[in-house]
Amino acid sequence: MMPIWMEIVVGVLLVLSSLFALIGALGLLRMKDFFQRMHPPALASTLGAWCVALASIIYFSVLKSGPVLHGWLIPILLSITVPVTTVLLARTALFRKRMAGDDVPAEVSSRR
Amino acid sequence: MKRLFPAPWLSLALWLLWLVLNLSVSPGNLLLGALLGFLAPLMMAPLRPLPIRIRRPGVILRLLLLVGRDVIVSNLQVAWGVLTCGSRPPRSCFIKIPLDLRDPNGLAALSMITTVVPGTIWSELALDRSILLLHVFDLDDEAQFIEHFKTTYERPLMEIFE
Amino acid sequence: MSPLLANAILFSLFLFSLAMVLTLIRLFKGPSAQDRVLALDYLYILAMLMMLVLGIRYASDTYFEAALLIALFGFVGSFALAKFLLRGEVIE
Repeated sequence: MMPIWMEIVVGVLLVLSSLFALIGALGLLRMKDFFQRMHPPALASTLGAWCVALASIIYFSVLKSGPVLHGWLIPILLSITVPVTTVLLARTALFRKRMAGDDVPAEVSSRR
Repeated sequence: MKRLFPAPWLSLALWLLWLVLNLSVSPGNLLLGALLGFLAPLMMAPLRPLPIRIRRPGVILRLLLLVGRDVIVSNLQVAWGVLTCGSRPPRSCFIKIPLDLRDPNGLAALSMITTVVPGTIWSELALDRSILLLHVFDLDDEAQFIEHFKTTYERPLMEIFE
Repeated sequence: MSPLLANAILFSLFLFSLAMVLTLIRLFKGPSAQDRVLALDYLYILAMLMMLVLGIRYASDTYFEAALLIALFGFVGSFALAKFLLRGEVIE
């Protein structure tokens, strides 16, 4: 059986991560500009995912009374895959906005 | 030895990943994971353009701790910026950062760090790798930000990879 | 599991689904194509985190594998969509 303070720690971590996810969604909805909207989703994929992974590690380790570490794979996987999509999406947005003639910086590499 | 194991750290990481994913250290799983760690780098070797030579594990550890602290701090900053964006809109802008880091693997690590830390997004890199275009969520002081960026992230990466 | 943890899990699931609804609004509102791709990517991440919470709720390992699969499919899907927006074709 789990000690009560362990359940409190797991519950607080889960609620904290869902709060971060909610703030991320709120930012996605409320921000005015596309590049501003790219920032809030990072909340859920960093601290939100860390909190859930930590909660899952604590919970399963106590439940099976031994270290169960596979929760760590989620933050590691996210920290590899999320930058790839984010950088590609940022480049896409820059390209499309330049094509449309919006107010974005010109290409940084000088043409020779 | 070098031909059999082109990337010993990758082999070790794959082996550990297999064991953690299966949640067991039975002899069969140990053997299968070792086989995976042996075969995968051999098959992937032609795909990797540059071999990675990593120096100074102490610097890597310190960089990881710094990035972890920055992730937590900027998470709270971005969350606060989202909650108060009605009364005080965030001062987002693009900034250009001159780079000294040239190693492709180091640049890949730098792009991962900047994207994982909320509040900054790696937008574009010049073809000659000298200038980086970065989008910042809430910018206070441009010179100070560039200084912080270069001392916290770029210099340790240069020590590690170059 | 005590009622305390069960209620905390229910509350966090509620907050996650609220976040999903807000993301869906952005997905339908647009206005540009890259906004929709961004919202879809976020939806995948939220679904993955929800799977992990459900795994704790039912004390089962199987949800973890489902979460890994959702993360991988989300990555491939958003990557292909962003690539399509960049050039108009997925494979060059």
